[in-house]
Amino acid sequence: MFGTRAAIAGIGATEFSKDSGRSELRLAAEAVFAALDDAGLDPSDVDGMVTFTQDTNQEIAVAREIGAGELTFFSRVEYGGGAACGTVAHAAMAVATGMARTVVCYRAFNERSGRRFGQPDARLGGQPTSQGLEMSWHVPFGLMTPAAWVAMFAQRYLHTYGATSEDFGRVAVAMRRHAATNPAAWFYQRPITLEEHQASRWIVEPLRLFDCCQESDGAVALVVTSAERARDLRRSPAVVTAAAQGSAEGQMMMTSYYRDDMSGLPEMSVVGRRLWEMSGLKPQDVRTAILYDHFTPFVLAQLEELGFCGRGEAPGFVRDGGIELGGRLPVNPHGGQLGEAYIHGMNGIAEAVRQIRGTSANQVSGVEHVLVTAGTGVPTSGLILSAG
Amino acid sequence: MTETGTRTDTGTSSEDALLELAEKQAALGEVRGGPAADPVNIPMIRHWLDAMGDTNRSYLDQGIAPPAMAQVWTMPGVRRGVKERSPVDDVLAALDAAGYTGVVATNCEQTYHRPARVGERLTAATRFSGLVGPKRTALGEGYFATWNVTWYGEGDAPVAEMMFRVLKFRPRRRRETPAPASGSAPAASSAQRSGVAPYPLRPAQNRDTAFFWEGVRQGELRIQSCADCGRLRHPPGPVCPSCRSTNRSFVVARGEGTVFSYVVHHHPPVPGREMPFVVAVVELPEGVRIVGNVVDCPPDAVGIGMELRATYRAMDDEVILPMWAPRES
Repeated sequence: MFGTRAAIAGIGATEFSKDSGRSELRLAAEAVFAALDDAGLDPSDVDGMVTFTQDTNQEIAVAREIGAGELTFFSRVEYGGGAACGTVAHAAMAVATGMARTVVCYRAFNERSGRRFGQPDARLGGQPTSQGLEMSWHVPFGLMTPAAWVAMFAQRYLHTYGATSEDFGRVAVAMRRHAATNPAAWFYQRPITLEEHQASRWIVEPLRLFDCCQESDGAVALVVTSAERARDLRRSPAVVTAAAQGSAEGQMMMTSYYRDDMSGLPEMSVVGRRLWEMSGLKPQDVRTAILYDHFTPFVLAQLEELGFCGRGEAPGFVRDGGIELGGRLPVNPHGGQLGEAYIHGMNGIAEAVRQIRGTSANQVSGVEHVLVTAGTGVPTSGLILSAG
Repeated sequence: MTETGTRTDTGTSSEDALLELAEKQAALGEVRGGPAADPVNIPMIRHWLDAMGDTNRSYLDQGIAPPAMAQVWTMPGVRRGVKERSPVDDVLAALDAAGYTGVVATNCEQTYHRPARVGERLTAATRFSGLVGPKRTALGEGYFATWNVTWYGEGDAPVAEMMFRVLKFRPRRRRETPAPASGSAPAASSAQRSGVAPYPLRPAQNRDTAFFWEGVRQGELRIQSCADCGRLRHPPGPVCPSCRSTNRSFVVARGEGTVFSYVVHHHPPVPGREMPFVVAVVELPEGVRIVGNVVDCPPDAVGIGMELRATYRAMDDEVILPMWAPRES
């Protein structure tokens, strides 16, 4: 079993904005300093670094800025937001094997004021790499934004289960409701109604504007060390009870349209099965979950893939307020990426740590274990963090 | 651009030279090749019947070859060294040199005089019978080249004859093709003297995928098939995931499909496109799915299960994309 050998000992973040006014490297350094301060550790303690393949700040560059010394472990995790929990998984493996003692995971970008992932990029299908060739079956037809790639699955979900745009809308309303009481959230004190969701414009049918997460500038960093050492540090540890990455048969980056019936997330099923096996826990043991919410439909699919409800039952689960504070399974108490900020899922891991510590702005009572997921529709990853 | 240059260089004198060469080759009359490498034989007949699904026992029982096998006996093979020259080769080489490098077979008519018997060794004789052009076609400007092959057994009585015609065309001259449908391509007004603005969303290609795009240029939808186990696969790849074979072939899809899923893209603007436009995952009767645009109908008329037929749209002077239109239209 993976569990109990590594823990998240510190979390840090910049403010979440639409225009940071600073370089991405500076954002990374600020978040790492904040996380180290939170843990009560010094940059000289850092000997490992992990980030996303997509991050523009190399590990060595961040190490130079924070004044770290020698690194004995550095790694990158692929597949966009699917990397988020994977960074902690890699860090935890490094700690468990002795490759490194103090590993920093970080993600920093100006995703709103700099390169916006939601904007079409004609270069996506340009190179004959395996990914460029994969993209070339889609990009020439104008199918080239994350919203469009996800909408293709969402249409099948609606068709297969008789769900409606309002079912997607209820996810957005819940996230904005949570963000409204989280002072760190971009949409603090700005909830929306289902009517406003339904009145929002089409982005890519069947997705409306309010089905899409924000675009944000900001950075988040996490400090991973051994659970034993974490217990002696400044904050209560969030123990890595289970960690998994997942890719399914016939997997593509975001266009796995050539397998099964396209109404689920097989790669998240891989992650979910591993997390439950590794932790020995069951869905009912989890009091709150952080589910990756770049687009609303995949929150529904995740509830089903992770076993919080049956196939096709997520619309009913959400209709009863099941994912709201006070509901059966409060999802994303910080407001998620729809409400707090889009930091590629890393802000969700920080919220999971706060829920374990009992320090969230929207604290759920009696939290012992939090399940966290990473990017959906892509090869992905997940964690179960526990008090301890 | 480069084609325009070639065309200016060659001009009318090139047309005259081609037709002159064609006349000369036609004047050679029938040119006999050497005897076939193998006599008409049972194993080859048996394989051919298997491959064609012909269960008629009488060929093997009577020791005669199916007439449609005529070409089989004298095929040079792909790795057996130098092919014998025929009066056709010089004409085809001259067409290549003049920039008519594309080729598509347009006609094949066979006449059967008598069955070939097991044990006899056939000889093919080729006569170049004519070159017509230049003609403007949907594929581009080109020449139709026609030749006749006669197969002889022992003696002078012919076994079979074939008339074969190909179009040799100048590829990638796309301005003759129908204008792209509205909502699916750059505005037609950009088609000025300097040519259509380059379509910005170009597919990357490599040796694993080029056959597909080559098929699209020829107006056909090619689905990769494993040459060993027959598994169809799209998108294609270098190795068959079922049997590890790297021998690849393709089938040409019927060009029909149904909408399996679809989206209507409104925002943000996509370069080279007018919003809104529809992209669909299309399920083919051959058993694979493929992504493409649905055109020639309003977006709100599209739904899961809608029946489609393939159509091909030129996005600029070079890029042609397979698309889908409602089957009724």
